Amino acid sequence: MKKLGLYLLLLPGLLFLTLFMVIPIAMTVLSTFFQEGSFTLEGYLHFLADPYFLKILWTTLQVSVVTTIACILLGFPAAYYISKLGPRKKGVLLALAIFPLLTSSVVRSFSWMIILGKKGLLNSSLLSLGLIEKPLEILYTPSAMMIGLIHLFLPLIIITLVGVMENIDPDLLKAAESLGASKFTAFRQVIVPLSVPGLIIGSILVFVGSLTAYTTPALLGGKQRVISTFLYQNAITLNDWHMASVIATIMIAITFIVIGLMNKLATKLNPKG
Amino acid sequence: MREKNRGLALFTFLIFLFLLGPLLIISVTSFEPGTVLKFPPQGFSLRWYENIFEVEMFMETFKTSMIVSLAGNLLALALGIPAAYALSRFQFKGKSLLNGVFISPVLIPGIVMGFAMLKYVIITYQLPIYAGLLVGHTVLMLPFIIRVIASSLSNFDFAIEEASLSLGAGRLETFFKVVLPNIRSGIIAAVLIAFLESFNNVDISVFMTGPGVSTLPIQMLTYVENYFDPTIAAISVLLMIITAIFMFIIERLMGLSYFTKR
Repeated sequence: MKKLGLYLLLLPGLLFLTLFMVIPIAMTVLSTFFQEGSFTLEGYLHFLADPYFLKILWTTLQVSVVTTIACILLGFPAAYYISKLGPRKKGVLLALAIFPLLTSSVVRSFSWMIILGKKGLLNSSLLSLGLIEKPLEILYTPSAMMIGLIHLFLPLIIITLVGVMENIDPDLLKAAESLGASKFTAFRQVIVPLSVPGLIIGSILVFVGSLTAYTTPALLGGKQRVISTFLYQNAITLNDWHMASVIATIMIAITFIVIGLMNKLATKLNPKG
Repeated sequence: MREKNRGLALFTFLIFLFLLGPLLIISVTSFEPGTVLKFPPQGFSLRWYENIFEVEMFMETFKTSMIVSLAGNLLALALGIPAAYALSRFQFKGKSLLNGVFISPVLIPGIVMGFAMLKYVIITYQLPIYAGLLVGHTVLMLPFIIRVIASSLSNFDFAIEEASLSLGAGRLETFFKVVLPNIRSGIIAAVLIAFLESFNNVDISVFMTGPGVSTLPIQMLTYVENYFDPTIAAISVLLMIITAIFMFIIERLMGLSYFTKR
């Protein structure tokens, strides 16, 4: 009887997800292995043999790696600073970091179009200062995408790291210092290793997020395609649904491989074992 | 030591300048009186705010976005509250697997989900585009609803529920009169967080457009491709105001720790 009640509570949600998410995704993945009823890997071979596709994949990976590294390097010190503040100031800075995160990605990417455009804020400032003679071509390049993505994901890594660093016992730092470690050594030997789990979760979120982001590359990348805009192009503009499904499957595979690897790394590096 | 702290403070200040500066710039440029976005603006005017209400497509897509986000939210609540309750209240075999299934929509790349839904929900199941949007946004919101409400339930003392049951109230009555009122703020926060996720969504909505049907963010994307006047900046400001209000309410209801916990 109790079991029946449990099923009744869970079943509607499960059915809904199965019908509208699990089946569509599973069928999309399965469909890539069949053409006209027989098993084939042609879609994948086609993908792997075409230098244009590979270049898009390569650009996407490059952009995502650079974005992730930049977010770690910029986010880690900022998060450390925030985690050390008193509750009031910390609350304010956390709120200021969360606000952009909740703001529409269209709005955030559009703001960079104003800044990075040919006649944008950056170029007009640099020109009037006499630092450059011709406007820089930044908008519609991979650099613009990276800037937009760093802007999109930096708050995510900051708040994740603050959440972890808050829980590090401050006495550990004092202990390290009283045992003769310099501030920096104590930071490196205590804070950094204890932040590793947060760093890994944050990096997964940023890396997977950049790898699959659509709005930012669509607005800031111009003709430069990444894998997500390429999927959209194949599905909607070119109407090549088989290819689009192959790209979708590759995106799912990369996402799960990254999450799996990072999780493995996390258990390995976790100082608590 | 002071020195290093000051360096770190300056660094953090610059990071926040990078994060918030662009949003400030977009806000300022929305008051530009001319037809081209400029920074600094050449004067002060509200004409682009008026323009939002004059462009029919913005009003229509805003309405669609509202309906989809609100109706999807209700549907996600109807599916999500019972699931969150079952997952927090009972111990059973396969619980962590089910937990994973309910959270999985956030793990699948949005653009992949949108495409798969176009392929099966719209084409194979032959749902109208409007219904497809609704279904897609419900799937999108479900994990947020379940996560926030489950975390709210984890602070709920189920002994109160037992007490109500032993005093003779029925299971359903107890749920509505005892459990729900106790997690009310969690539910409201869940609704707001899910609403923002849905209202701002591009990845799914971009595949679910058809004759006369589209959402506001998609309309904004299309507009930006064709025009570079300050209308989008003006809409952005309005969206940011809504976001700020929502965030303030969420903070009041359950603090900001939901965002820092992973």
